[in-house]
Amino acid sequence: MPFNIYDFTSFTQWIDKSLYDSCTPFWAMIWEMSIIGVVFLAFYAVVGLYLVYAERKICGFIQCRVGPNRVGPYGFFQTIADLIKLLMKELIYIKNADKVLFNIAPFIVIITSFLAIAAIPFAKGLHAIDFDIGVFYLMAVSSMGVIGLLLAGWSSNNKYSLIGAMRSGAQIVSYELSVGLSLVTIVVLAGTMQLSQIVELQRDGWFIFKGHIPAFIAFIIFITAGIAETNRGPFDLAEAESELTAGYHTEYSGIKFAFFFLAEYMNMFIIASIAATVFWGGWMPLHFPGLENFNHFMDFIPPFIWYIGKTAVIIFIMMWFKWTFPRLRIDQLLNLEWKYLLPINLFNVLLMAFIVLKGWELF
Amino acid sequence: MTNEQLKEKVIAIVPNAEVKENKQYLIVTVPQNKLYTLAKTFKESEDTAFDYLFCLSGMDWGDSLGVVYHLESTKYHHCIVLKTKTTNRENPVLDTVCDLWKTAEFLEREVFDLFGINFKNHPDMRRIFLEENWQGYPLRKDYVDEINIVER
Amino acid sequence: MTVKLQIKNLEEQEYTINMGPQHPSTHGVLRLVVSLKGEIVKNVQPHCGYIHRGIEKMCEKLTYQQIIHLTDRLDYLSALISNEAVCIAVEEALEVEVPERVKYIRTIMDELTRIASHQLWWCSFGMDLGGLTCFFYGLRDREKILDIFEESIGGRLILSYYTPGGLMNDIHPNFKQRVKDFIKYFRKILPEYDQLLTGNVIMQERTKGIGLISKEDAISFGFTGPSGRGSGFSCDLRKQHPYGMYSKVDFKEVLYTEGDTFARYKVRIAEMWESMKIIEQLIDNIPEGPYSVKMKPIIKLPEGEYYQRVEGCRGEFGVYIESRGEKFPYRLKLRSPNFSNLSALNTLSKDQKIADLVAIGGSLDYIIPDIDR
Repeated sequence: MPFNIYDFTSFTQWIDKSLYDSCTPFWAMIWEMSIIGVVFLAFYAVVGLYLVYAERKICGFIQCRVGPNRVGPYGFFQTIADLIKLLMKELIYIKNADKVLFNIAPFIVIITSFLAIAAIPFAKGLHAIDFDIGVFYLMAVSSMGVIGLLLAGWSSNNKYSLIGAMRSGAQIVSYELSVGLSLVTIVVLAGTMQLSQIVELQRDGWFIFKGHIPAFIAFIIFITAGIAETNRGPFDLAEAESELTAGYHTEYSGIKFAFFFLAEYMNMFIIASIAATVFWGGWMPLHFPGLENFNHFMDFIPPFIWYIGKTAVIIFIMMWFKWTFPRLRIDQLLNLEWKYLLPINLFNVLLMAFIVLKGWELF
Repeated sequence: MTNEQLKEKVIAIVPNAEVKENKQYLIVTVPQNKLYTLAKTFKESEDTAFDYLFCLSGMDWGDSLGVVYHLESTKYHHCIVLKTKTTNRENPVLDTVCDLWKTAEFLEREVFDLFGINFKNHPDMRRIFLEENWQGYPLRKDYVDEINIVER
Repeated sequence: MTVKLQIKNLEEQEYTINMGPQHPSTHGVLRLVVSLKGEIVKNVQPHCGYIHRGIEKMCEKLTYQQIIHLTDRLDYLSALISNEAVCIAVEEALEVEVPERVKYIRTIMDELTRIASHQLWWCSFGMDLGGLTCFFYGLRDREKILDIFEESIGGRLILSYYTPGGLMNDIHPNFKQRVKDFIKYFRKILPEYDQLLTGNVIMQERTKGIGLISKEDAISFGFTGPSGRGSGFSCDLRKQHPYGMYSKVDFKEVLYTEGDTFARYKVRIAEMWESMKIIEQLIDNIPEGPYSVKMKPIIKLPEGEYYQRVEGCRGEFGVYIESRGEKFPYRLKLRSPNFSNLSALNTLSKDQKIADLVAIGGSLDYIIPDIDR
């Protein structure tokens, strides 16, 4: 198999084996965890920073301006400079805030987004943990972030923050359904919740092509609901700059604000990763049955590039949405979910189940 | 309706009204107790229909304080200026017209704020621009502010 | 029993928030005290005066030429139109006939001001709705008008171009060409505004049927300008009481009868088209001649009272001068369109959502210095 050259399974297994050989299982586990932690932390920071940079450049492009262009070539280090600024800024403590919750909230938000990357397969064998309920785990973890937002809004003791937090609660609780059900559609098709299996099943064609029309509908719903889940425009009601100043994070400053800020981008990255993995085949190259030469050529592009490329395309679509559409109103937002997306989604799952039962296959 | 007809109408309602005419408008000065009746009749009667109060200005004529109402009818496009005054500078009170024209609610608050003219039956007579504890009424001619107003 | 009482009490309590004086969507230092029930606005109390400068009091100690400069500071986005009100009032009082050239230039400049103002309104309205891209599109095009102003007038925002009797100085030789270029450019670019915002489903959903005001209420509130015309209140003074060249040019008074935020939006977009039409009719025919009548350095208005109404970008702007024959006005009252429009805000936004309050505020397009004076 040509893409064995890019197989990371033996590499990760080698690290695992040599660690367990050289020390006791307990210490081996500790070492393994710390390595993964450090790697992900670095990954998290780099991705977060460059997503911010990408967003600025893309929004500049859409708005007929240049975007950051002073710090480093093409403003490449602008976000790093911003990060340093945010780190050095004073942390403002609110007198009447609930101090414990106020301090915990940003950490909850950032930890939940951190947890989610653990299960994402970046390439064959390159993932921290391969749950056999991977999809379920991702859903469970990514929906926990709202607790952080609610706590932030509540504990700030600010009326704008509270409205923002309540909005975000209502929003995420409703859109969680759509995200879940659209993933269930694919789980029905794949017959497994294990992410590595799902990717493997897309060897001869991505699910968005293989899954007839229901997969396509599910993809659209997933992207819509995913944007709503990450609290990004046009669904950024929880922040709603022109209405609630900054919503739930009005009272946060310095690094705590940076946590919210970073978590937003990481959530976007995670949603895009899930979409890429589940619908567009993750790290799996583009394959068409019958086109052997084409498939062979595609295999030479490393899976990691495939994965990043697909994620980047989806992230670009999400940013494009944000900078084009005005914001929805809260009642319209909930109408969209409960009156349109949810019924379509339920019907879609049924349709998919029917197709799978009948055994119809496109190719 | 021409100015002549309007004049007749004014005289019919308020016989002792002073009526003047300049290049632009017919200017009617009425006693303070007759103003509301006149305004109400003008607004409600079919042939005058002054439904648009486009300007309400407070005035300090030295010996008296007053209000000038600029009215227009959006139906017939004729205009009239009503004036009323009170010589009581200590505690001037006039009738409100904010039940006839809703815009008067804010405009009368402005007049109250800057001239100190109180409007009877106004629902919300508070200062609008200045602080609640501001001393004096700045647009009156006898207002003194030694710090902020520099005489040249 | 006590528990029940407490719950009832909580339901009766109002959730009051302060929007402003520092808030992104109050467009300046306006403070709105908003009583909420959940997301629904129950009552809005505007608190003005944060930028009250006492311009009316200052005018009582200034000559008429000096007053012109203060009128710029009212509605800074329709600075020239406010200037014109004072100029015409003084000219009418002195019975001075200004040259045709002045009238042409004033009308063209007024309409350029109107386009620039509506462009900025469009930017900020888009931003109030959460579409940040609009802001940059509008400002990009507004810049072109400001460049034209800069070349002829010298200023970009606070212009003070008109004086009683004419203009401060003649137009720049490039003026005609640049205006024509701008019109050509903007005719192509204005449909882009529609593509970006007007046709957007979310935008239409958020504005249609929101902030309703009937024609009767609009008249009663003195709800003028594009906002009033969105309710079918025919209040365009350029048609009703023409001044300048408006009686001689062909244009349409834009009227919509829905009375909602979307109608007010459409009026303004359509007015930009009408303004371009007016400019196109005038720009090629500017007659040669003096740009100003010789006026005395100290103007003394004859005793009497004078009122001049002009159509500002946001509604009817009026100047009421009472003169006692001195070089200063005895009393000068400025009728500000935004102040009257603001008084309708509570009626407009009752029982709407917070997001709608922001959209309604955007559609009223209030300028705070004009409210506070």
